[in-house]
Amino acid sequence: MHIEKLSLFGFKNYEEVALTFSNEVNCLVGENGSGKTNLLDAIHYLSMTRSAFNTIDSQNVKFGEEFFSIRGDFRLSEKALPVLCSYQEGKGKTFKVNKKEYARLSEHVGKLPVVLIAPNDTDIIRDGSEARRKFFDAIISQIDAEYLDNLISYSKYLKQRNSALKRFANVGRTDYELLKIYDEHIIGLSLYINQRRSDFIIDFEKLFQNHYDKLSEGNEKVSIHYRSEASDSDFKELYNNALRKDLALERTTMGVHKDDFRFTIEGKPLKKFGSQGQQKTFLVSLKMGHFDIIRELKGFKPILLLDDIFDKLDSRRIQHLMERVVNHDFGQIFITDAREERTRTILNELKISANFYRVNRGTVIQ
Amino acid sequence: MEYPSKLIEQAVEEISKLPGIGKKTALRLALYLLKESEDQTLALSHALNELRQNIRYCKYCHNISDDEICNICVSHRRDKSIICVVEDTRDVMAIENTSQYTGLYHVLGGVISPIEGVGPSDLNIDALVNRVKDSHGAVKEVIFALSSTMEGDTTTFYLTKKLKEYEVKLSTIARGIPIGGELEYADEITLGRSILSRTAYAKD
Repeated sequence: MHIEKLSLFGFKNYEEVALTFSNEVNCLVGENGSGKTNLLDAIHYLSMTRSAFNTIDSQNVKFGEEFFSIRGDFRLSEKALPVLCSYQEGKGKTFKVNKKEYARLSEHVGKLPVVLIAPNDTDIIRDGSEARRKFFDAIISQIDAEYLDNLISYSKYLKQRNSALKRFANVGRTDYELLKIYDEHIIGLSLYINQRRSDFIIDFEKLFQNHYDKLSEGNEKVSIHYRSEASDSDFKELYNNALRKDLALERTTMGVHKDDFRFTIEGKPLKKFGSQGQQKTFLVSLKMGHFDIIRELKGFKPILLLDDIFDKLDSRRIQHLMERVVNHDFGQIFITDAREERTRTILNELKISANFYRVNRGTVIQ
Repeated sequence: MEYPSKLIEQAVEEISKLPGIGKKTALRLALYLLKESEDQTLALSHALNELRQNIRYCKYCHNISDDEICNICVSHRRDKSIICVVEDTRDVMAIENTSQYTGLYHVLGGVISPIEGVGPSDLNIDALVNRVKDSHGAVKEVIFALSSTMEGDTTTFYLTKKLKEYEVKLSTIARGIPIGGELEYADEITLGRSILSRTAYAKD
């Protein structure tokens, strides 16, 4: 699977641009702030129906414009697949594949998967549990549409229940019957999501550890522990017992929205005890695990988006990635770098041929 | 936008508060009214005033009505043993247009959605329960005809709980493939639902 052409109108800092890509390595070079990452984000949009960096669509419209459109011509096992994503202020977002519009955006997720490695990935380790849930949910959603649907339902029920709890506190009267309806859904969906997440982690951890071992030359033990209240056999009881607390705090305190994935190194929390280097190795391994699991389950390679990795990763980790490029483990790749010479040198040494694109303030020269 | 007159601005301000109407359309409508005869504008404002001051809601079904009791509730030809529960007046009109239903209605005035500030007590739910209770068995069936959204389903479910202690049959309108629709174009969820709630043929 790869993208052949990309055209943008009014997207971020681009007024209008049209590009043709190689189905192997594409390098986007240019100064900081020129718009390299925005091109990667446009491809991310076409895959995940939203930005990887700013999920508020209206803020991705070029300043002074009223709409943006992103068009990509993909090829999936020899079949041409034109994808169009457009957003207009006041009208919202539409998403069309082969000129047919989706009834729900979620139907598209997973059809054209991408894996993005970007500088802000360190959030996955440093931030709270939400960042890790988002990371794993995005992967599972790409391989399992039912999971995504249930995840969306879960968050709707949760929002309604939380609003109801706030309302009851304001009015001074609680409607237990209404809560019960939300509870049944939240408990049922929690159990489903919990099962899916824990099954997924078992498969994922193996792929992840395999990469970590290769990168670190195999002398550190790393793991991912999935923690969830819904794993408890008494979950239903625990959930129901939390009702008084929920009413007092005016929010739902139990459920899979509290899940966490804990990263450890030698049995200790990675965030506190891992060195900078170990954390980076951990991240690259997570991303490679993401790539592998999609390739395994979808039967084709996702597009790899590498944002500024030569600046952020050290030579050993870059080498690991580049070895996979040389071995044709990857499919189509996009690399951004502020220093064109550095990228050219690395690719030349490994005899990797690539297309170069010079990005300069919203214009691109091939 | 700069308006040449304060009066125009005021009118545009009010008209653009209506759903689906922006400032530009509002301006067009205001200028149109000025161009036409004065009678037309007076007739419009009269109709709006009348609407606001004299509209009533049927004391039984809460549908919009000219009288204390609406035409449907008062009719002798309607089957008083069935009540169809709907969200608002538009749904009553839609179902009436099918000519397939001869029972009564109950207009809830919305669906339960705490996010939008609508709780059960904001809807005509107690009135429905009382209608069933006070009929002492005369109401035999309640049909739920609410939207197939999360909020619609929650409301239906809530009502079934409120009504389950009474001797009354509870049903919901069928969900599935539209008439004249082709299977391959139906979305997966609808198609799945229609298999689950399939209709059996009578053997005779």
